[in-house]
Amino acid sequence: MSFNPKHVLGIKELSQEEITFILDTAGSFKEINTRDIKKVPTLRGKTIVNLFFEASTRTRTSFEIAGKRLSADTVNISASSSSVVKGETLEDTAQNIEAMHPDIIVMRHSASGACHYLAERLRCSVVNAGDGTHEHPSQALLDAFTIRQHKGEINGLTVAIIGDITHSRVVRSNIYCLSKLGANVRVAGPGTMLPPGLEKMGCTIFKNIEDAISGADCVMMLRIQRERQGASLIPSVREYARFFGLNEQKLKLAKEDAIVMHPGPINRGVELASAVADGAQNVILDQVENGVAVRMALLYLVAGGDKLQQN
Amino acid sequence: MKILVKSGRVVDPKNAIDEKLDVLIVDGKIAEVASNIDAGDAEIINAAGLLVTPGLIDMHVHLRDPGLEYKEDIITGTKAAAAGGVTSVACMPNTKPVIDNLAVVRYVIAKAREQGSANVFPIASVTQGMKGDLLSEMGELKEGGCVGFSDDGLPVKDGEMMRRALEYANTFDAPIFSHAEDLSLVAGGAMNEGPVSTELGLKGIPWVAEDAATARDIMLAEFTAARLHVCHVSTRGSVELVRQAKARGVRVTCEATPHHFTLTDEAVRGYDTNAKMNPPLRSQQDVDAVREGLKDGTIDAIATDHAPHHHDEKNVEFAIALNGIIGLETLLPLTLKLVGEKVLTLSQAVALMTCNPAAILGIDRGSLAVGCVADMTLINPNREWTVEASELQSKSKNSPWIGTTMKGCAVRTLLAGKTVFERS
Ligand SMILES: [Zn+2]
Repeated sequence: MSFNPKHVLGIKELSQEEITFILDTAGSFKEINTRDIKKVPTLRGKTIVNLFFEASTRTRTSFEIAGKRLSADTVNISASSSSVVKGETLEDTAQNIEAMHPDIIVMRHSASGACHYLAERLRCSVVNAGDGTHEHPSQALLDAFTIRQHKGEINGLTVAIIGDITHSRVVRSNIYCLSKLGANVRVAGPGTMLPPGLEKMGCTIFKNIEDAISGADCVMMLRIQRERQGASLIPSVREYARFFGLNEQKLKLAKEDAIVMHPGPINRGVELASAVADGAQNVILDQVENGVAVRMALLYLVAGGDKLQQN
Repeated sequence: MKILVKSGRVVDPKNAIDEKLDVLIVDGKIAEVASNIDAGDAEIINAAGLLVTPGLIDMHVHLRDPGLEYKEDIITGTKAAAAGGVTSVACMPNTKPVIDNLAVVRYVIAKAREQGSANVFPIASVTQGMKGDLLSEMGELKEGGCVGFSDDGLPVKDGEMMRRALEYANTFDAPIFSHAEDLSLVAGGAMNEGPVSTELGLKGIPWVAEDAATARDIMLAEFTAARLHVCHVSTRGSVELVRQAKARGVRVTCEATPHHFTLTDEAVRGYDTNAKMNPPLRSQQDVDAVREGLKDGTIDAIATDHAPHHHDEKNVEFAIALNGIIGLETLLPLTLKLVGEKVLTLSQAVALMTCNPAAILGIDRGSLAVGCVADMTLINPNREWTVEASELQSKSKNSPWIGTTMKGCAVRTLLAGKTVFERS
């Protein structure tokens, strides 16, 4: 098949075939990252703007490296502190950037729907690098890629996602992605962090981590934001760690060969006990490595894929 | 000056009339309603095939004047009213300055009288500056022409203050219009809390924020034996609370908006900021309950909560877009749709937009009885038209129905016998 979306705004809009195609494309890019000369000319002459309204070293760096390895010109703009403060609207900012004729804007924004807003108003492609608490498609794709790498196939696996489900864009994208690929997705977290109607998106809800991870093939731990403590969602980080953190003992409830994932950066001793964070079952660095390949695939496909002139 | 409105179907629920009749207007007042009135030297308006109703009344409108004229002003707002078949509006006090003193009341009334296309009845604030700490001078404000009191949009938080407001307003037999919402439960939400907010990753406003506040205000009204009007009910629970209170004899009335009986929170998908309002669009279950409330008389009036906002205030990320939509020019077709869907009889629909709100506001409108002011709306119930931003009279265009085809519209609007709007 060929698949060249104009934008990548979320996993919700993608079919199982399209997701698989992206993962397969990422597979063919992965090898480049281990070469001596880690660069192919595929996107030479293309300009990619990484427009980040929220700080995120990890995702921005990953997209930046992905673009550079494809020979695109990549520019990073951190808009959080500069223009927004001056009263410039998102539309103003976007128009200013578009006037410089980028081919792709990779955007991270604190407002859900901000990438859709941009995509509706601009001529260039928009890749969502995380919008509010809505979606984070590249993260879900790299997670699926990593699970596939370790488990061979996703269909039929049980994946447990633990943490602040309400405020996680990673969860939403992962529920869509993994359920479309045939996994049983379980989520668990304190009652204050489980939004209504989540099961309609394709997952089963558990009240405690033990039930959720029992027999799971994959345990995905989410980062807990310390400021939630003040918003009366959890009484303390300490209590959260006790009831919803993953330690070696709880991990024994999962399958023996279960893998442990985390979108990073981790809070040691909170959602992950150090022994688990340093344990053999965690694949967190694989996730980081695969992130580059998956993002290369996204940029390549959005830029035209096979239709790009091979030069 | 004589005008004869001939051969229309006169629907005047206040006087239990629904038949083909002529209406004679003399010097701006209804002089006769009968079949085959002799025209004499009267100007004739042929209303054959049209509905003839008392001028519609929208009891919940934000005219934005004074102070926020970049959104709307009394001239454009009342033009929008006339185009929608509305001859009387009650306007909310959240202007700049707030309608909490006679000077502003006089300004609004005078501007409407001199330059407006509809009657404007101001609603003054419950508390001075809508700040929630000192009662407005309700006696004088009522004397000056205010029809009630509301801190719409900034609901009175303090229970004691609400109690005193009800008691004090009752001294002057004026109702308190409550935007019933517990803001601590709204907690910065941007849309209805439910599966759609979960999916879109937008902070939800739970139904309990409205129900809890409605329950408190109803209990305070019961306790004080004062008059309470609950604005824009949008949840199944608040409709039920009003229904039960009425059965107990509490002096409570309420209104519903066309958007709350027409749209659900599904309209927010795509992050359309014209689907953002407060209270938010709710679930199908809530929409059904609001329709049931209209049908069984729990809900007394249909009001639009016409809330104009500038393009720049809506053309932003959903979470920071301002709440509200315009509604005056789409009130009539959306209400008639309920008649088409057999939720309401035509007479019920007209009552919800005429005599019922008139009774709540205590104004001598909403009736075509002999001697009444000849505010009148001529309606073509079958005419289809498409809502175009460029054709709307309102200064703002924040409607979720732009581009939608509607059925039914006002073809002529008369204010005290004078034609203030005519659609060719
Ligand atoms: Zn209100």
